[in-house]
Parts: sequence; C-alpha cells; structure tokens
Amino acid sequence: MNKTRASGRTVGGLRTLSLQAPAVTLLLLWMIVPLGMTLWFSFQRYNLLMPGMTGFAGLENYEYLLTDPALWAAMGNTLLLVGWVLAITVVGGTLLAVLFQQEFAGRGIARVLAISPFFVMPTVSALVWKNMMMHPSNGVLAWLSESIGLPAVDWFSSLPLTSIVIIVAWQWLPFALLILLTAMQSLDEDQVEAARMDGAGPVAIFFFITLPHLKRAISVVIMIEMIFLLTIFAEIFVTTSGGPGLATTNLAYLIYIRALLDFDVGTASAGGVIAIILANIVAIFLVRMVAKNLED
Amino acid sequence: MTTLSSKTAAPRSVSGWRSAQSKRILLTLLGWSVALVIFFPIFWMILTGFKTETAAIADPSLIFSPTLESYQDVHARSGYARFALNSVAVAFGSTFFALLIAIPSAYAMAFLPTKRTKGTLLWMLSTKMLPSVGVLVPIYLIFRDTGLLDTRTGLIIIYTLMNLPIVVWMLYTFFKDMPKDILEAGRMDGASTLQEVFFLLLPLTLPGIASTGLLSVILSWNEAFWSLNLTTSNAAPLTAYIASFSSPEGLFWAKLSAASTMAIAPILILGWMTQKQMVRGLTFGAVK
Repeated sequence: MNKTRASGRTVGGLRTLSLQAPAVTLLLLWMIVPLGMTLWFSFQRYNLLMPGMTGFAGLENYEYLLTDPALWAAMGNTLLLVGWVLAITVVGGTLLAVLFQQEFAGRGIARVLAISPFFVMPTVSALVWKNMMMHPSNGVLAWLSESIGLPAVDWFSSLPLTSIVIIVAWQWLPFALLILLTAMQSLDEDQVEAARMDGAGPVAIFFFITLPHLKRAISVVIMIEMIFLLTIFAEIFVTTSGGPGLATTNLAYLIYIRALLDFDVGTASAGGVIAIILANIVAIFLVRMVAKNLED
Repeated sequence: MTTLSSKTAAPRSVSGWRSAQSKRILLTLLGWSVALVIFFPIFWMILTGFKTETAAIADPSLIFSPTLESYQDVHARSGYARFALNSVAVAFGSTFFALLIAIPSAYAMAFLPTKRTKGTLLWMLSTKMLPSVGVLVPIYLIFRDTGLLDTRTGLIIIYTLMNLPIVVWMLYTFFKDMPKDILEAGRMDGASTLQEVFFLLLPLTLPGIASTGLLSVILSWNEAFWSLNLTTSNAAPLTAYIASFSSPEGLFWAKLSAASTMAIAPILILGWMTQKQMVRGLTFGAVK
C-alpha cells in the first residue's frame, strides 16, 4: 500500500498539474492581464475623447486624482457607507441571531423571511426602496410618518447618503444573520445551561458566552462585507447617480464616472489602483484567517 | 432537580410553567414582528405588482381588487422574456463552464494533494477579492476591441471567472468530505481515473455539486456591476432591465413591481433551499 503511494507521488504530481492547469491558468490571466493594464494605464496620458494626447504621464494621473476634491468626497462617502452599514448589520445581525436561535412558534418560516432580502438583486432592492418605500409623497414611510402626525421625509434629497445606507444595510443584515446563525449552532448548550444554573442572567450569558463564541464569525462577516461594500455600485447607479452633487458618490462610482462618462482612462485607472490597494488591505487579513482555519 | 437536562425548561411549578409559556409567546411575537418588518418591502412589492398603476400610488392599502394588468404590460411592451432569457443563459452558461473547469481542479486538490495545494487554494480565494471596479477600464477596453461588449458570451466569460474561486473552493470541501475508501476500492477493482470520477465521485457528491452550481447561478443572476457596465440592450440580463426603471415616464410602480417579482422569484426560492451551503461557499469554510 505504502509502496504504491510512494511511487505514485511523481505521477500524481504530474496529474495534479494537468488537472489544475485550466483553472489556474484562467485565474492567473484573469488576475494579471487586467491588473497589469490598470497599472499601465494609470501611468499613461489616455483619454478616449482626446485621441491625440497619449504618452507616459508619470505620476500625473495620481497627482490629478489626489488633488481632486471629488476623490476625497468619494473617499469620505465610501468610509461613511462602509462604516454605517457594518455597524448596523453586525450589531443587528448579532441581536437577530440570538433572537432567531430561541425557540418559538414558526421559527423556521420567520428565519426564512428574515434572510430573504439577501437573495434580491441589488437593482430591485434599490428601486423598491426608492419608490414604494421612500417616495416623499406616495411611499409607505411617508404615509407612516404622516399618520402619526409627522412631516414626511424627502429621503433622497435631504438624506441621500442615509437612504443609500438604509438600502444597503437592508440587503446585508440578512447576510450577517445567516452567517451568525450558523455559527450559533455550534454554541455549547451545556455551558449556557451551567452558567444559568450559576445564576447568570441573559445579558451576562450574551456578553460572556455568546459574544466570545461568535467572535470569529463576526470578524469573517466584517471582512467579507468590507470587500463588497467598498465597491457598492448598482444601488447608487439606479437611485441617485452619485448625487445630489457628490453626496452619494463613492470610490466605485467616481471611477465609473471618470472611465465611462468622462472617458478619462488614465485617471480612472489610477482610481482603480487605489481601490485595489484598499481592498487588498482587508483581503490580507481575511486570507490569513481562512488559512488558519484550513489547518484545523 | 439540577440534573434535569432542560432544553425544554422543565416546569417546576404552575407559575414557572406560566412564565415559560408567556416568555414563549413574547418571543413568538418579537421574532415574527422582526421577520415581517425585514420582509415587508418584498411583500409590498409582490402586492403592488397585482395593483393597477393608480392603486399602486394611492395610500397604502391591503384591500384592492387584484389584476394581472401589469404582468401583461411588462410582457407585451418591454419584452420581459428576452431579458429573462439572457439572465438564464448567462447564469446557467457561466455555471456550466465554472463547474467544468473547477471539477478537475478540486478533484486534484482533494485526492492528489501536494505541498502547494493549500497555497493554490488561498491564492484562488485572493483573486476573488480583487474589486471589479479596479479592472473596469481594461475589461471594458478589451471587450470593446474584441466585440464582446453587449454579448452573452462576454458576460458568461466574466461570470465564469468571477465565480470560479468560490466554485473550486466549495467543490473541494465537498470532495474532501467524501470517504476515501470508496475511491480506493474502485481503484482496486481496476477503475481508471476517468471511470473513478464519472462513476464514483460525481454520483456520490452530486448533492454537493448541485448546491455549488446553485450558488453560482444565484451569484451570476444577481450580479449588477458588470451587467450594467458591459451590456446595453442585446445581452442585458434582468438586473440591467430592472435598472431601466430608474428613469421612467409616467406611472410605473405596478409594472416595476410585477417585473421585479418575476425577476427575483426563482432566486428567492433557490436561496431558501440552499441557505446552509450558501454559508459554506460565501465564507470559504471559515464559519462552520
């Protein structure tokens, strides 16, 4: 048995290589080619509207971008969007996971309803919220606030970024809930019971047993959400188009404006490089964590 | 008393039973109200789809005479079927190719591991973390120059590559869970690698492969960055079609709702069915 294994190793190595080749080659191309091009373009003078002006630009694109107030507005918006959505979904998701872990009548169906928004395509959730929920005169929210005697809020003109945060949080809260509920399943019930016997209240149990148990799952949720939230696009595209002014323009939307509306390939690429660097900072931590898990 | 295993909180007295009972009722109320509030926009959208356009913008009301007017309108006027067909073609096409490329790769990693397997897996995972917007410019230019803009083929290529890391990863975890003895036994009986894969591995891991495929279908179906940027009309899937409601003329809420309901219904049901596997795929096994 051992002998066949040992002699099979080199043959196995070769077979592994050929079986792996398609996936590895394609992913390598998918990574290197566009990445290389983005990097290359970011140092070029390249505007599709001005075909005559080409050539090496050095750091010009970066300089132009970094001194553009729009970039800093977009960075600020990106940060606010990511920060608020993370806060809402992680805190809310944890509380909801605790709630949906309790036994009650029809829990299975209630769970399914609560995670549903995650499966709704982003353009649908954004437009349903923008129109039927947040419309200043015919929306459900306007109707609700008027029926308790408060003036209706014109969400997208007076609180544009908040509106986007609400929509995106609605989509990602179920994601946090789904992951954390799964993590809750491995919570040691006996330990909880023992703590209860020792007189620990539900709050103490939450902070000293549940929360520490969920620590790892929570950090996974944070990192995965960060990677997706850094480049929220469709929700902004169909609701505010980045406006009013730059109020809801995030980094992804700014790059889109520079690339496909201004046709300024050079600056857009410089923006792309910045987005990649930001995402990679998060990704390093996530990959490390997954690697650690792979060893167990 | 304390030795009683109390998953059901064994009642100690009538008052204890009462308080357990009222706690359960309270939890039921709370759990259901939270779930209904979260689900409300979807419920409201489904309802609005069955209203007339004038009823759709009137004061919110649960009582109205349902009509299929909007559904008919969406089909007749905007050619909903064409976009739905694009979504189906792109989602299933990309899933087919992703599985085709990923199965040999995951097979090699699970059954013929080398020193580099773990590194390869992690590297594949890291390609998934490249933000799409970072490579928007080159992909757009490549697509423009090769005539792939606004084609189904173009989207299928992008989605295949986009989902490949997740598909390889998920298949790997399913293959690894498979008892090795069965494959060994097959090999003893003289099965070739191909026979081993087709007659042992694939049938035995079919549920895993199916849920991996479903996840890939869901992710492609709902993808809205590339579909909005790389398609205009011919290859536009449902995500892009729904986006066209962002600047409509006249009354459109009922039509938007009807179209949206049809666009999300299949995926919502698939999502409900595959929640568990979803977690596995989306967290790369980091949460169990």
